[in-house]
Amino acid sequence: MPQIFHSSTNTLARASIVLAAIAPLGLMMALSAMSRTYFVRLNVPVQQPVPFSHEHHSNELGIACQYCHVSVEKAGNAGLPPTHTCMSCHSQIWTNSPLLEPVRESYRSQTPLKWNKVWDLPDFVYFNHSIHVNKGIPCQHCHGNINQMQITYKSVHHSMAWCLDCHRAPEKYIRPREEVYSFDYNLHAAIERYADEHAKATGKKLEQIPRNQVEFGQLLVQDANINKKQLSDCWICHR
Amino acid sequence: MKRMKTAYTAGLALLGLVLASGCHRDMYDQPKYEPYDQSTFFTDQKADRQPVTGTVARGQLALDDAFYRGAVNGKPVPNIPPAALARFANTRDMLRRGQAQYNTFCQPCHGESGYGNGMIAQRGLSQRRQVPTYHSPRLRDIEDGHFYDVITNGFGVMYPYSSRIAPEDRWAVVAYIRALQLSQNARPSDMPAEARQRLLRGENPNVAPGAAATTGTTSTNE
Ligand code: HEC
Ligand code: HEC
Ligand code: HEC
Ligand code: HEC
Ligand code: HEC
Ligand code: HEC
Repeated sequence: MPQIFHSSTNTLARASIVLAAIAPLGLMMALSAMSRTYFVRLNVPVQQPVPFSHEHHSNELGIACQYCHVSVEKAGNAGLPPTHTCMSCHSQIWTNSPLLEPVRESYRSQTPLKWNKVWDLPDFVYFNHSIHVNKGIPCQHCHGNINQMQITYKSVHHSMAWCLDCHRAPEKYIRPREEVYSFDYNLHAAIERYADEHAKATGKKLEQIPRNQVEFGQLLVQDANINKKQLSDCWICHR
Repeated sequence: MKRMKTAYTAGLALLGLVLASGCHRDMYDQPKYEPYDQSTFFTDQKADRQPVTGTVARGQLALDDAFYRGAVNGKPVPNIPPAALARFANTRDMLRRGQAQYNTFCQPCHGESGYGNGMIAQRGLSQRRQVPTYHSPRLRDIEDGHFYDVITNGFGVMYPYSSRIAPEDRWAVVAYIRALQLSQNARPSDMPAEARQRLLRGENPNVAPGAAATTGTTSTNE
């Protein structure tokens, strides 16, 4: 009887063992890449009724975030601008732009514009803007460089691991309160200003000038009275 | 044979479980309303409801005309009412708050120092309607209550800002505009004697940081 398998199949068999070990890994990577684009929709611009540009209004015109997101310092929800807010300018400027027709129509008929959500936590997660903003967590950390987006897209995925990364060590990302709206934060200038103000307020120099974000962050965490111990307990976010 | 069948069923059940774990959207999107949601129940499609007309929430009873409307018997109040001053720990806090609110809501059109040359004015608004300067004799001499009224009800083509700026913050903005007017029209005799001496010696006259006349051109996002 002739041999059914050629001797080269031995190599094939060995290779298949290795492949079998690698395959699940590859599958996992493919799945996670798919879930990023299909389910999480990272970096995919979201269709809106009006092509509103943060790049234009925030970066170029320098309109403050709170002009439109009024409640971001005061409430859990940051708030989206009603049509009235757009019209406070667009009743006078670019009044003939066809792109703005939905805004004018909405104002005439008193029906709100329907913005599509970009970031949306699952309903079983509790979130609150005011505490983060008031304790020095910048918009930029959670929403990326939104001031440079022509059409808003999700630049950061808010997974549980991502929230916890900060809740376990907020000193890695915290800034002085007045820097939360900044998109060109300069750590060393901020440290200098902090040291100056400390000297002015207490009449004493800082014992040690912080050298990096973490050392500076530890001071700020202390000043903001942040209770790190409970911050990664489940009930903080799942209540 | 029997054992294989059980293994087979168990395998199927496991597969079913693995697949089912992907179907968890029901807890992600619970049948409840979040802010700004669209409603299929109310005719105006808004999930956010307005209070019934005529209801007054606790703490929202606005009887004090001077404080809430900036006018008594239809006449603008000449000065910031004491009730507004009482909402702030001190006048410096009030000015700081006013500065932050001014830079957020007014500066885009009226400019950082109030000359009516903000970015939006430059980008076309002033071609349609001149954004006025605060440093005209008429606005320098006008009642404090007039500014409050402009913020609350708008003026000409300027839209009202009452939905975005709380009454005490409107008064803080008024105080800050007064500080801006002072800063652009100060005479040496307005200065404390000590500061005037320093100015005459050619030194920096600024004494206390945050004093009204010196806050005019700083921009902090407080
Ligand atoms: C002129 C008004 C305006 C200004 C100023 C403005 N925004 Fe927005 N913002 C909007 C509108 C309108 C939307 C909804 C459309 C969209 O998603 O682009 C929005 C959406 C957003 C969203 C996404 C919300 C979602 O659906 O998840 C974030 C985050 C945001 N803005 C942050 C900021 C930050 C940070 C700033 C300041 C740098 C800022 N905005 C300034 C009007 C404004
Ligand atoms: C503080 C003033 C201001 C507010 C508030 C404002 N805009 Fe604008 N917007 C401008 C200016 C100024 C321009 C034109 C800038 C330029 O190119 O000179 C503009 C341009 C635009 C354009 C581009 C128009 C075109 O034809 O290219 C769109 C779209 C737009 N805005 C949408 C909105 C929406 C939606 C809102 C409300 C959420 C809004 N804007 C609120 C000042 C404002
Ligand atoms: C700690 C992270 C974090 C910070 C800091 C943060 N945001 Fe958000 N933001 C979120 C999350 C999470 C959501 C989605 C909330 C939801 O789906 O319930 C969101 C949603 C929004 C929305 C949509 C409306 C809403 O409230 O759901 C706007 C507008 C917004 N953010 C603006 C801002 C602005 C402006 C700042 C800075 C002043 C800021 N955010 C800072 C995490 C953050
Ligand atoms: C960059 C840092 C950072 C990130 C990212 C962050 N947080 Fe926080 N969070 C904080 C800080 C700091 C506090 C304030 C804690 C304190 O004051 O004790 C806080 C407080 C909270 C609170 C209020 C706790 C209380 O006692 O009421 C909730 C809820 C919360 N975070 C949820 C979230 C969720 C959900 C996410 C992810 C979408 C998130 N946070 C992402 C830093 C962060
Ligand atoms: C800082 C906020 C925060 C804390 C603390 C937190 N979670 Fe979460 N959790 C989240 C967020 C945000 C999500 C949603 C993630 C997503 O959309 O992928 C989530 C999702 C989950 C899910 C659903 C996962 C899924 O894939 O459906 C479970 C289960 C969960 N958390 C359990 C816990 C437990 C147990 C703890 C305590 C050890 C905890 N969480 C603490 C923010 C938090
Ligand atoms: C979108 C641009 C814009 C913004 C923002 C704006 N204004 Fe105006 N403002 C105007 C214009 C335009 C006029 C002139 C109106 C007219 O003559 O019809 C005006 C007029 C005024 C006047 C003059 C009234 C008089 O008696 O002549 C005052 C005072 C004033 N604004 C105060 C404010 C304050 C305070 C804020 C901030 C809360 C503010 N404005 C925000 C555009 C703006």
